[in-house]
Amino acid sequence: MDIGTLLSRIFGDPDQAFVTLKHWLVDLAPPAIQPLVSIMLSIAPILGVFPLLFAITTVLERKGLGRIQNRLGPNRVGPYGWLQPVADGLKAIIKEDVVPRAADKVVHFLAPVVIVVPVLLVYAVLPVGRNMVAIDIDAGVLFFFAVGASTELAIFMAGWASRNKYSLLGAMRAIAQMISYEVPLILSAVTVVMMTGSLSTMKIVEAQGTYHGLLPDWHVFTPWGLAGFLMFMVAATAEANRSPFDIPEGESEIIAGYFVEYSGFKFALFFLGEYLGLFAASGLAITLFLGGWHAPAEWLTWVPSYVWFFTKLVLFIAMFIWVRGTLPRVRMDQLMNFAWKFMLPLALVNILAAALWRFLPVGPARWVITSVVILGAYLVLARVVGGEKHFTKREYRFAE
Amino acid sequence: MLGEGIIKGMAETARNFFGSYVHEHRLTTVEYPEERIPAKENARQFPFLVFDGKDPMAGLRCVACQICEKECPPQCIYIEKSKDKKPDYTGKAQFYPAVFDIDVSVCMSCQICVEVCPFEAIKMDTEFELSNHDRFGGLLLKRDDLAKSNHYYHTIHPSEAAEVDARLQAEKEKAEAKAKAAAAAAAKPAAKPAPAKESAPPQPAPAAAG
Amino acid sequence: MELAFVITAVIVLGGAVAAMSLRNLVHCALCLALTFAGLAAMYLLLQAQFVAFVQLLVYVGAVAVLVVFAILLTRGDDTTHQSVFSKTSFIGISVATLALACILAAALSSYVADRLPPGKPEASVKEIGTQLMTQYVLPLEAVGLLLTAAMIGAVIIAMQERKAK
Repeated sequence: MDIGTLLSRIFGDPDQAFVTLKHWLVDLAPPAIQPLVSIMLSIAPILGVFPLLFAITTVLERKGLGRIQNRLGPNRVGPYGWLQPVADGLKAIIKEDVVPRAADKVVHFLAPVVIVVPVLLVYAVLPVGRNMVAIDIDAGVLFFFAVGASTELAIFMAGWASRNKYSLLGAMRAIAQMISYEVPLILSAVTVVMMTGSLSTMKIVEAQGTYHGLLPDWHVFTPWGLAGFLMFMVAATAEANRSPFDIPEGESEIIAGYFVEYSGFKFALFFLGEYLGLFAASGLAITLFLGGWHAPAEWLTWVPSYVWFFTKLVLFIAMFIWVRGTLPRVRMDQLMNFAWKFMLPLALVNILAAALWRFLPVGPARWVITSVVILGAYLVLARVVGGEKHFTKREYRFAE
Repeated sequence: MLGEGIIKGMAETARNFFGSYVHEHRLTTVEYPEERIPAKENARQFPFLVFDGKDPMAGLRCVACQICEKECPPQCIYIEKSKDKKPDYTGKAQFYPAVFDIDVSVCMSCQICVEVCPFEAIKMDTEFELSNHDRFGGLLLKRDDLAKSNHYYHTIHPSEAAEVDARLQAEKEKAEAKAKAAAAAAAKPAAKPAPAKESAPPQPAPAAAG
Repeated sequence: MELAFVITAVIVLGGAVAAMSLRNLVHCALCLALTFAGLAAMYLLLQAQFVAFVQLLVYVGAVAVLVVFAILLTRGDDTTHQSVFSKTSFIGISVATLALACILAAALSSYVADRLPPGKPEASVKEIGTQLMTQYVLPLEAVGLLLTAAMIGAVIIAMQERKAK
């Protein structure tokens, strides 16, 4: 295929522009290494786009938080401060890499790597556009959660290898938080898997592709989907150690928690891992609940699919920044109570509601019944968790 | 209901975010050094010497009485009297400082030198951007650096300067009236030379110096 | 022998040997986690996607963390700088080799070695789910009961520590 045909095909169908480009590039390579080239061309955009999005997010966050807090964000580097990530990146790279003398060198070195690599792996199953998923695994959602669970080990490695009590404390709290919130995260995703009947992300997106009436058939526009979506977002915020759940890296408390002994590029890698995890969780929420790359209305389908995906992703980032600027940090015991006593029962009730939705006949009846079940559970649980404020004489436990 | 507070909070932050583009009171940043908040009238930084008129040396009010040097708590002022005299605002011949150094790394801006000066010669400046490349010498402000005009004093402390000017004007008129009375008394026939000699010396500065 | 199988086998065996022979206990636990991940890769090579990801989720995400926490909470101050391999590594490796030899001998001399390899089953998630809910529902419920009992036990143990004042 020559350049002329390529360009005409790209501009004729902008939705599949990148797919066409990739096929053309693969055809250019000698047949022996074509599988390898194909794999590389699937991975390279992920490695290029999402760290770029991370850089943009850091500026957006600082400026957004600044405006929320009645101040300007950074505005000196570049026009209106938009080249700030370049300055931050240069600073991170040229800083001296301090490793404590008593630190466990190998584990200390590997911890940032073990955090970033699984987080980058999970992007392989997110469908970014029509026919634009790197790997179409049959058990895509499970892959996401399985690989995402490896981050906990990396946090432990970071906290332990620093040989610093505060790092260790921060690491233990971080792991406790991540494990606690994994349960509501997975349970709220289970409802979607139940209703779709498949663990494959592509099939889940395809199942949300129809339009009936005013709203599209996304899962978020059903009672169980909305509840599941909200719980998923709260749990994802906690998984990514993001405000208001950022006790492990509470900058005003234990300075940086488990990565306090890291400087320079390793610190930047931790930050990268955290933000990439955030994008991955948002991407999965978009896939499961918000219809992936589908347009919100039938008359908008002319806009390319990847544009919709990234628009939704940017909206999610804006929501995260908004929440960060609003809420104070949650205390550790409040956090654990919230996960185990509120989110977990609510997630189980949500599964029940989804099952009711499936087996009740289509019509207003199932909307009413499902909503009543979920709201009822929500109010009852709110009473239970919120009403625990009995103050008694403080008891002290001393180590034996 | 659970979650109500969060929604209200998020509405407030959204109002802040969008309001910061529209209303000034929601974006209170002053981008120093391009923008500056004007100093209040009674701001004070380091002292300066006031001179009347255009020529700093001719109009310098300081008579090197060295009261401020003695009263300064960290002793940051160093004065050397001149050998000759020059006339002051009332016309009387006074000494003037040959050397007047203030070490601004020691000065604590307590304003005591201003309060005790009988001649309204030293006042507090509001200038704080005194950075320069001379690491040690730049900390010593000499007489010629410290001398600033009364016009400048009016721009930084208007009401104070006006009050000082009024007082000095009154002094001057009283001194002139006295001089006229003394001249008139001396113009009386030399038949009475003794009372002329008993004419009071020129008035010292008024007690209300601060 | 495919290249992928060789690499995965090296990872699994290397991780297991390291887990036995390293001195620092935390390093042993981390090498064990590496072995678990290698096993997950093995399952993937056998086209058993569901099992591979569940292996990752359960073993690396939960069991390894549990092992690590157990080490942390009991032997937190083991910060000696000594040789990388523990003194008893030789004994450990020889015991493990002996056990492997016994098991291999038993397996190869039984009828299992003469069986034909089974046909590849349809290992999709849907199939696993159907089997769990129809043929294997009793083991499923028994496992659920066991897990519930474990959770209740954990809660009771944690609660009693407070009430025993």
